Amino acid sequence: MKLRALVLGLCSASALAFAAHAESITIATVNNGDMVRMQKLTDDFTKKNPDIQLNWVTLEENVLRERVTTDIATKGGQYDVMTIGTYEVPIWAKQNWLLPLDKLGDDYDTKDIIPAIAGGLSVDGKLYAAPFYGESSFVMYRKDLMDKAGLKMPDAPTWDFIKQAADKMTDRANGVNGVCLRGKAGWGENMAFLTAMSNSFGARWFDENWKPQFDQPEWKNTLQFYVDLMKADGPEGASSNGFNENLALFQQGKCGMWIDATVAASFVSDPKNSKVADKVGYALAPDNGLGKRGNWLWAWSLAIPAGTKKADAAEKFVSWATSKGYLDLVASKEGWANVPPGTRTSLYNNAEYQKAAPFAKMTLDSINAADPTHPTVKPVPYVGVQFVAIPEFQGLGTTVGQLFSAALAGQSSVDDALKQAQDAATAAMTEGGYIK
Amino acid sequence: MARAVTTRHKTIATAAAWIAALLIFFPILYTIITSFKSEQEAIQGFSLIPSGTLESYSEVQAQSGYFKFFLNSVILSVGSTVLALVVAVPAAWSMAFSPTRRTKDILMWMLSTKMMPAVAVLFPIYLIFRDTGLLDSRIGLTIMLMLINLPIVVWMLYTYFREIPGEILEAARMDGASLWNEIIHVLTPMAVPGIASTMLLNIILAWNEAFWTIRLTTTDAAPLTAFISSFSSPQGLFWAKLSAASTLAIAPILIMGWFSQKQLVRGLTFGAVK
Repeated sequence: MKLRALVLGLCSASALAFAAHAESITIATVNNGDMVRMQKLTDDFTKKNPDIQLNWVTLEENVLRERVTTDIATKGGQYDVMTIGTYEVPIWAKQNWLLPLDKLGDDYDTKDIIPAIAGGLSVDGKLYAAPFYGESSFVMYRKDLMDKAGLKMPDAPTWDFIKQAADKMTDRANGVNGVCLRGKAGWGENMAFLTAMSNSFGARWFDENWKPQFDQPEWKNTLQFYVDLMKADGPEGASSNGFNENLALFQQGKCGMWIDATVAASFVSDPKNSKVADKVGYALAPDNGLGKRGNWLWAWSLAIPAGTKKADAAEKFVSWATSKGYLDLVASKEGWANVPPGTRTSLYNNAEYQKAAPFAKMTLDSINAADPTHPTVKPVPYVGVQFVAIPEFQGLGTTVGQLFSAALAGQSSVDDALKQAQDAATAAMTEGGYIK
Repeated sequence: MARAVTTRHKTIATAAAWIAALLIFFPILYTIITSFKSEQEAIQGFSLIPSGTLESYSEVQAQSGYFKFFLNSVILSVGSTVLALVVAVPAAWSMAFSPTRRTKDILMWMLSTKMMPAVAVLFPIYLIFRDTGLLDSRIGLTIMLMLINLPIVVWMLYTYFREIPGEILEAARMDGASLWNEIIHVLTPMAVPGIASTMLLNIILAWNEAFWTIRLTTTDAAPLTAFISSFSSPQGLFWAKLSAASTLAIAPILIMGWFSQKQLVRGLTFGAVK
């Protein structure tokens, strides 16, 4: 008995001694499938780095953004690694809030990161965040309904074709809506979709002198087309639908087409959760023949705040989580279909991945079709495809999103919504000192 | 005839009360039902009959470790309540039994602090917590929760104390009771129903507080509000898991509320009808 107590005591003491020496880093992240999977696989990292312990903080996206912004702006030092998007990286890097990632290791192969994604995460040629998964947007459609309508979806459809197909597929008596699009107000909800869509109509948020452009015909064409399309072929109450609501509708067979994030492909093609898993086809986001498509570009990425005292351990973790080795690890444990997409070119050359993910090529083509530095037809003073990478955009984007959502709900006309958007944008830009 | 009308009125009033209660409780009931569905069932539209799977509960536990958050919720809500009572009982005593010309103004001023949106002081509070090393600490958050609920606690206790005849306290003083003895041995036993309901209400308020508890914690002090927040996702359907997490978070306080409802109602209506 005494011996057992002694052994137990020694074990506890050594565990305490180990814990005292181990460095712990805190990682702030969002709750989505790929991030949750990473948390489950961290044993691999801690085995390779026994001196580093990982603490996870998972928060809802908007809460995470607010918490991380508060912490980084006040140098609170609560987080050592942060999950942030392509919107934050250019703004925060310019404020010197992030550390450049220049010690990711010899075998990290930075050049393998898909160029469009790397471009969105770099400032002055320096990488400030490593992409964990990347996404664009594309058309997901029901092949069976398309056949029934007597149409064939081209690989690169036009908006006119989408309208024609939606009209033919709509069968409200049987609960089928021709098209499901985002309508819920928010800069990351309906405005992500509408800003990307407006690029293909040749619209832009601001001209080269930061003058708002909602009074121009391109925006009128965009919003009128969207509202008319949704009124004729969209689901009821579309002004409350975001990604999740449309995902549920599509999985239940209530949408003929859905234009949204490429990451949705793995959800709609999953037979466990989708009634239409074997009937889904994919196509590039539509265009209007102006040289730009209505697709966006986003990457959830890992960055290190400048206030951390554990930069080396944090960078080791970032390197592990965004490496080629991590993709292999996920593939070996959970299969190639579950590997986080959209970050590395080599993944799309992998025959096994191509076989497991039929949407792989279309995802890569969609990502490559987005150019954050030249998002639309005319020149712009900002970076970002479905957002404008300036600090004022979160507030302004949501205000404009509310106006456009009201137009979709029929609470105001398209002209009124655009006029109010122009006034709101002019006020925000004047207050921000962009225009006088 | 009059009796028939009264009985009919009573029946209608009872039915209306039941309908109103069910309507108010329905979102919670549906959350509990959804927690026993699979993710696919959860998105398939309205249904009150779950398949009874416990899949979401096991995934929620595996993913986040419920008990750490639960323990923090208990420590923070009970700790802040005890601390609030320690400060509020003497404060309410002095306002109830030794009022001055400014007592009413002080009470209004205390209540007015509840009218300010919390986000307005987020940055100053965050900086104070950062500089004093209180970020993500149970002590810091206990003090914070105590402070934000203190006006309500003082107000409630003040209302209860005013119902107690001052003569009893005077008699105790005449018998030579010190101030401390007067509060502990005379006032407190008489105000037990009021103190108990204040305590219960404060525990519920602290348990459900979701602004500061999410913003001032990361890992060590994070309570169940942070636990629920971690299951909300803008991309991906996790309704069954989110419902399971919510059920786990509200279950303890719901059970506590159920068992102490008599005490709560008694306390809340104490002195309401004179």
